[in-house]
Amino acid sequence: MHNNTIAELAEGLTNKTFSSEELTRHYLDRIKTLDGQFNSFITITGELALAQARRADARLANGDAAPLTGIPIAHKDIFCTDGVKTSCGSKMLDNFIPPYNAKVIEQFNQAGAVILGKTNMDEFAMGSSNESSFYGAVKNPWDTRCVPGGSSGGSAAAVAALLAPAATGTDTGGSIRQPAALCGLTGLKPTYGRVSRYGMIAFASSLDQGGPMTRSAEDAALMLNVMAAFDPRDSTCIDQAVPDYSATLNDKLDGLRIGLPREYFGDGLDPEIEQAIQAAIKEFEAMGATVKEVSLPHTELSVPCYYIVAPSEASANLSRFDGVRYGYRCENPKDLQDLYTRTRAEGFGDEVKRRILVGSYALSAGYYDAYYRKAMQLRRMIKNDFMACFDEVDVIMGPTTPNPAFGLGEKTNDPVTMYLEDIYTIAVNLAGLPGMSIPAGMTGGKPVGLQLIGNYFSEARLLNIGHRYQQATDWHQQIAAAAGGEK
Amino acid sequence: MAIDKAEIEKIAILSRLKISDQEASELSDRLGDILAMVDTMQAVDTSGIEPMANPLDASQRLRADTVTETDQRERFQQIAPATEDGLYLVPKVIE
Repeated sequence: MHNNTIAELAEGLTNKTFSSEELTRHYLDRIKTLDGQFNSFITITGELALAQARRADARLANGDAAPLTGIPIAHKDIFCTDGVKTSCGSKMLDNFIPPYNAKVIEQFNQAGAVILGKTNMDEFAMGSSNESSFYGAVKNPWDTRCVPGGSSGGSAAAVAALLAPAATGTDTGGSIRQPAALCGLTGLKPTYGRVSRYGMIAFASSLDQGGPMTRSAEDAALMLNVMAAFDPRDSTCIDQAVPDYSATLNDKLDGLRIGLPREYFGDGLDPEIEQAIQAAIKEFEAMGATVKEVSLPHTELSVPCYYIVAPSEASANLSRFDGVRYGYRCENPKDLQDLYTRTRAEGFGDEVKRRILVGSYALSAGYYDAYYRKAMQLRRMIKNDFMACFDEVDVIMGPTTPNPAFGLGEKTNDPVTMYLEDIYTIAVNLAGLPGMSIPAGMTGGKPVGLQLIGNYFSEARLLNIGHRYQQATDWHQQIAAAAGGEK
Repeated sequence: MAIDKAEIEKIAILSRLKISDQEASELSDRLGDILAMVDTMQAVDTSGIEPMANPLDASQRLRADTVTETDQRERFQQIAPATEDGLYLVPKVIE
């Protein structure tokens, strides 16, 4: 069962080949047996999952099932789940049991999906390797000496190890696409405002966006059909009709205009990744697409711009963790200042503290214009670069990451080098565009990700392009040896 | 760009983070590296460019000023570290 995509599992449920309860038990058993070597889950919600599975089976029997009814899903531990611990990978929220559900969770509940558990992640989604989690690093199923990427590393490892058919993630600077690339998955970051951020613990509010991590573009479409919905409780959520993302998956790619940004193929790109991307582009040409070089001249500056915008917003968002209303509180505070400063010093990890400090610095008196305002101006220039490209092409393609999965501990002592791993993904968040990573090759036994960037609200087109590619190739069907090939 | 220990201590206060002397020295190097990377953006001429806070240039959606939430104080306070008579407790502020 665990080798199947959501689309195949849904067929099995409809045909009564197996029940949702059987399916859910199967995945719970796999998590119990195998996750010790990956550490992809923080919380396993066995009882809740089985109760939801039984309700799903009743719905299936009554004939009022939706496409995801009875399908087990893993959720990044950043989405608040009513009555289930939501830690955001932090000691600060190790004792936090939310009294409400995130909008995304409400949507999955309404669809009748089953929650298998909450997945590991970099603390407060700050990281590109899943090594900043309070709950320990996650291992990449393709090579357990390597990182799965981050910050949605637990979600990526869980799906790649076939411990869940699909998972949710969030992406602030690449946190869905980069781990999807490093673990051989399809990962989609929608347009900013497409998926509600209500109940999704905030990191950088003008960049954060939730999305699916799956084993195919077809599955990502099924997931996004559930996740994308207008929500007045998120003031930046866009009130725009949600198309049926599954309906256009098979559209033809004749005449598709692909742009290759020359800045994405320069120094620092692993030559084998470049070869794999060029081979993928050839595949699209064979399907009737045309290719031309384009330019995103401010690509290199997207990293500094992001490392002002994101920490600035984070320093404001994370000020809510004060030891008063919920979460961690230090022992025996001697006064109110001591309560605040010690709670936060003890509750946050090193990377989170660094970013809060950088953000406070950038926003502090005398530096605001030189840093935050400057970064917001640069942000518009970065967006304008993309808009100029979309006058000439329909989709931008390139590598998702400059390198394949790197070794655990390899970059932890050098934050700036770690930040540069996100060079191709960060600008997409700054511009608020949709971006997707799909598997497009292997290098040294590790997956390579092809990134697709589209204009605002072009998710259906990206999924269509990804699906057509996956009909012609089988990179997305490769399975890590550690996941076990048996049915 | 270097950032000295006194500056680190100042932003630690702004951030409400207690840091030890040793941490302050380490942070001075680490934050110095990050700020050196960030400072590469100073070379770009951004004069006349309107700052962009929202990628879609959308403004905050407003709602009618009416009560839509129910009172769930007891439920919310169940997860608080310390409460009494419906109030959140903190160390004594006024002598």
